[in-house]
Amino acid sequence: MNAWSELILILVILTNLLLVGGNRLTGLIRFAAVQGLLAGLLPLLAHSQALTARLVFLAALAVALKGVAFPLLLGRALREADIRREVEPFVGSEFSIFVGISLLAFSFWLSEWLGIAQAGWLRLMLPVGFFTMMTGLFLIISRHKALTQVLGYLVMENGIFLLGVALVGEVPFIVELGVLLDAFVAVFVMGIAIHHINREFNHMDVHLMARLKE
Amino acid sequence: METGLILSSAGGIAGAALAAPLLSGVINRTKAVFAGRRGQPLLQAYHDIIKLLGKGAVYSRTTTWVFRAGPVIQFSCAALALALLPMGSRPALLAFPGDFICLAGLLALMRFFLMTAALDTGSSFEGMGASREAAFSALAEPVFLLSLAVLARLTGALSLSGMASRLALHPAEGSGPVLALTALALFVVFLAENARVPVDDPNTHLELTMIHEVMALDHGGPDLAFIQYAAQLKLWIMGILVVNALGLGGRGGWACAGGMAALAVLIGIVESTMARLRLLRVPQLMIGAGALSLLALLLTLVRP
Amino acid sequence: MAWLLLSLGILLASGLAAWVLRRESIGLAGALVGCAAGLASAAAPLMTGRSCALSLPWSVPYGSFHLEIDALSAFFLLPLFLVGALSAVYAYGYLAPYRKSQPLGRTWFFYNALVASMALVVTARNAVLFLTAWEAMALTSFFLVVFESERKDAREAGWSYLVAGHLGTAFLIILFVWLGSRAGSLEFERFGNLDSRAAGMLFLLALIGFGTKAGFFPLHVWLPEAHPAAPSHVSALMSGVMIKMGIYGLLRIYICLGPGPAWWGWLMVAVGVVSGVLGVLFALAQSDLKRLLAYSSVENIGIIALGLGLGMLGRSLGIPALAALGFAGGLLHLLNHALFKSLLFLGAGAVAHSAGTRDIEHLGGLAKAMPWTAGFFLLGAVAICGLPPLNGFVGEFLILLGAYHGACAVGHLAAAGAAAIAAIALIGGLAAACFTRAFGIVFLGQPRRRHTESIHEVGWSMRIPMAVLAASCVAIGLGAPWLFASADRVLGPLGVGAGSWAGSGARGCLLGLTLLWAGLLAVALAAAGFRRWLLGGRPIGEGGTWDCGYDRPSERMQYTASSFAQPLISLFAPVLRTRRELATPTGYYPGPADLATTTPDIASRRLFSPAYEAMQALLARFRWLQHGYLQLYVLQLAVTLLVLLIWKLG
Repeated sequence: MNAWSELILILVILTNLLLVGGNRLTGLIRFAAVQGLLAGLLPLLAHSQALTARLVFLAALAVALKGVAFPLLLGRALREADIRREVEPFVGSEFSIFVGISLLAFSFWLSEWLGIAQAGWLRLMLPVGFFTMMTGLFLIISRHKALTQVLGYLVMENGIFLLGVALVGEVPFIVELGVLLDAFVAVFVMGIAIHHINREFNHMDVHLMARLKE
Repeated sequence: METGLILSSAGGIAGAALAAPLLSGVINRTKAVFAGRRGQPLLQAYHDIIKLLGKGAVYSRTTTWVFRAGPVIQFSCAALALALLPMGSRPALLAFPGDFICLAGLLALMRFFLMTAALDTGSSFEGMGASREAAFSALAEPVFLLSLAVLARLTGALSLSGMASRLALHPAEGSGPVLALTALALFVVFLAENARVPVDDPNTHLELTMIHEVMALDHGGPDLAFIQYAAQLKLWIMGILVVNALGLGGRGGWACAGGMAALAVLIGIVESTMARLRLLRVPQLMIGAGALSLLALLLTLVRP
Repeated sequence: MAWLLLSLGILLASGLAAWVLRRESIGLAGALVGCAAGLASAAAPLMTGRSCALSLPWSVPYGSFHLEIDALSAFFLLPLFLVGALSAVYAYGYLAPYRKSQPLGRTWFFYNALVASMALVVTARNAVLFLTAWEAMALTSFFLVVFESERKDAREAGWSYLVAGHLGTAFLIILFVWLGSRAGSLEFERFGNLDSRAAGMLFLLALIGFGTKAGFFPLHVWLPEAHPAAPSHVSALMSGVMIKMGIYGLLRIYICLGPGPAWWGWLMVAVGVVSGVLGVLFALAQSDLKRLLAYSSVENIGIIALGLGLGMLGRSLGIPALAALGFAGGLLHLLNHALFKSLLFLGAGAVAHSAGTRDIEHLGGLAKAMPWTAGFFLLGAVAICGLPPLNGFVGEFLILLGAYHGACAVGHLAAAGAAAIAAIALIGGLAAACFTRAFGIVFLGQPRRRHTESIHEVGWSMRIPMAVLAASCVAIGLGAPWLFASADRVLGPLGVGAGSWAGSGARGCLLGLTLLWAGLLAVALAAAGFRRWLLGGRPIGEGGTWDCGYDRPSERMQYTASSFAQPLISLFAPVLRTRRELATPTGYYPGPADLATTTPDIASRRLFSPAYEAMQALLARFRWLQHGYLQLYVLQLAVTLLVLLIWKLG
């Protein structure tokens, strides 16, 4: 079991790096989907206790939402908005990967500094959770397009999910469900908003949305 | 070292020197199969070298002794690097802590003279190739040495032979993912350093898009034979490093040979299924590989 | 010790005589004899490890004429006197064109005095004496930098050098006063026994004060101005030896302060990484050959700092092998850099002397007209890139080996080791790009401007020093295991215990290196012989360079230095901020197009210029004090004195 969850965590790190370094929006959506899938599967493998029906249901829900529903929605928004398929970051892709690796090192340092050292592969879980959260934040901060911002929120949510699994062990059902629903609504609203903004203004650059303040 | 071991290592070097051109044959055959062609003979590279060795030479009026010395130095560096390389279960002829730094140094010296010889022609195309080679290899160098740092941490050995034998015989428990990441990073370096797709296309016929090939445009006859053979040796050397990182190399001659053949087929598949990257994207690939090796290093740090 | 005093005496006396009698030959002879005597003084401490000392009373308050040559000082004397003598020989030929226009005896005085003051810096054991020598070094080198004082850029470079040097000295004065007030004496041997807080502050002061001279980023701003402006033999001495005085001072203070906490080592490693990477990046972007070499000095100082930082980490954390490898690698790279950087500066001087320009974009194809200089420059370029089988590789090998030892350790040390590995690898790759560009564009291909066709090889007096330096680069590269016979003695003062060097196992590695390079030479010779045999009797044709079927390639169509550097420059654009001025051709019959790139220094543009401007604005408010009336000045003085007196009495 442990080897599998370690593998999943490493794959999550890799999806984060791909998200940070990726150039194409479709690719980004796909990476986020894979990450959601991996994160959703993790609770099944993470804890050695028997598979309860609740656990399975939660995992299935997470996988369905994060791995399938959100990406489909976003993909639709992307198609309908008919925008250029490139990411247009504020900072270059090379520098972004560098930032990503620094964030990873920082998360390792942070979880060690916090002193919540745990045995075995759980040592990996906490930093990966932090890293995923920070990746989401970085995506939100450093990219032009509204769609990448939605993706950033999604990735952050994955991070919170991972942290929850790491810290609490058994995920409090209600809390997790609430977060998931929040994210669902957020994606839904953003999807519609993007659609409308795009129809209204013919672009979806956050940069230009700043004008709305007036 | 005992005489027997020395003889055995020397035998390994001779075998590598003979077998190196075969790699490009296997790569080309794989690509031919993918394209549905019959392809060139497996031994084409040998024929090319022998033919070139039998020719005279034409030198540009612009060139100086640097141009003539370049191929000889490149060949010597590649040949010497073989002495540092453990192949199969044979240790290298020369093994000491830090020998991989020497390997990197020899390959860098080889590149230095490839680039200066190219600049010696005064051709803008060769200058362009040298410029690209300089840029990409500067980015590949840290990835290479960091990947070796991961291997050194995992095995506790500071020589290539020590690493190869421990990776093969006593791999650290649960080091699979870390090794896979490292081997992937080394594989990207391998592709970039040997001018393969997605960094460079060995089959291109347009000077503007070449990197490695364009630097040898003005060389002919024995000089070109030296350059081509040195490049094939380099392909072999870097390949052995990838195979060793996977723990295949130290298991014996046949495992090593099988690993090399599989690697050649893999390159063939990569070259048949991928297009080369835009030149602007190559730095991203190299930095991505660097991220992989750093990630591997971080993972070895948290491992209790 | 007698040898050293003799050397100092000869240097100063001959310099004065050359100035007064206006005879250059006296200056040259004095420099040669003085340097030879100086080398003799360094021999005994290096060979036997016995240090010799001399202490005479001095009438200056707190001062004493206290000199000592231990193995570390002797190690720094070695490159000083070697490069000092060789640059003097070179100068005799290099200064020939200036001989008609101005008397040169003066420059010989400043040159010899500079060598003497540097010798004093590394042997002084009293802070007053040290600072005096330090100041003498700064002033004499200032006068050498403004040698061509009729040129505006030389004057400006000289001023920025003088100001930077004195800012550094200000920190040193604070440092020594603090140390002295704690110890109750300004003798070096009494310094020490400080609490960790004070020691940390003092280390920072030393890092800034000495780092200004050494050229740590971002304190390096004077370096790329002063080195190109100075005559080439002076650049060689300054870049090869004088900036190392900063490293020497830092090490001497480190010895006084004791091993210190781990953050000192971390800080040095960080300084090394930043200086190394940024130094080589800016070097890559330059088009002035000597400016390029100056930035490359920043890079190499960074590598040295990396090595020393690893050594300090090894000492703080109690890992003797790491301490031995780090310090040994850093010090060896220091010696190596003295050799190949002087070689390259002398080569660049030969190019400027012969072609009349240092702009890489205007040069090309010099290897045909200047085969000797080209060969020496190529050798220096290979050495400075840290490529085998020359000396540059050995130093970087030891530092890297230390870094790998660190990377295999537990805890945070592994991160320092990994950072050092990545940085040295990146620096090595970028340096290879930088120096293939410098050598390839200047010496290979065809001349890029027609007027460079009258170029000739330089005279023997300029070639011999380059030959000696090149030979020493080869000798250190091939003979490293024997060079390190005195490693324990040199590392001893730095707190590396006896036996640590042997325990690090580096000797075996160095033997392996030598064996490998011997093999390399043998294989290369055999391959060259094989090629000769193959081509013997076969037709060897001559033709034009292949240019995609285009038959008349011209020298204007060659790749330029800026285009060669472009891929890396654009990748690192966020740091370099290269300015491009592009005039594209327009219209149906386009006129000439133009592209100009310049890369101004980021530290001086972003850090120092704003600071100076702010300070100027502040000080401008006091301009009313400067009114030009002598009577009022006297009044101000009197009032000030009166106020001070009242304040003191009251």
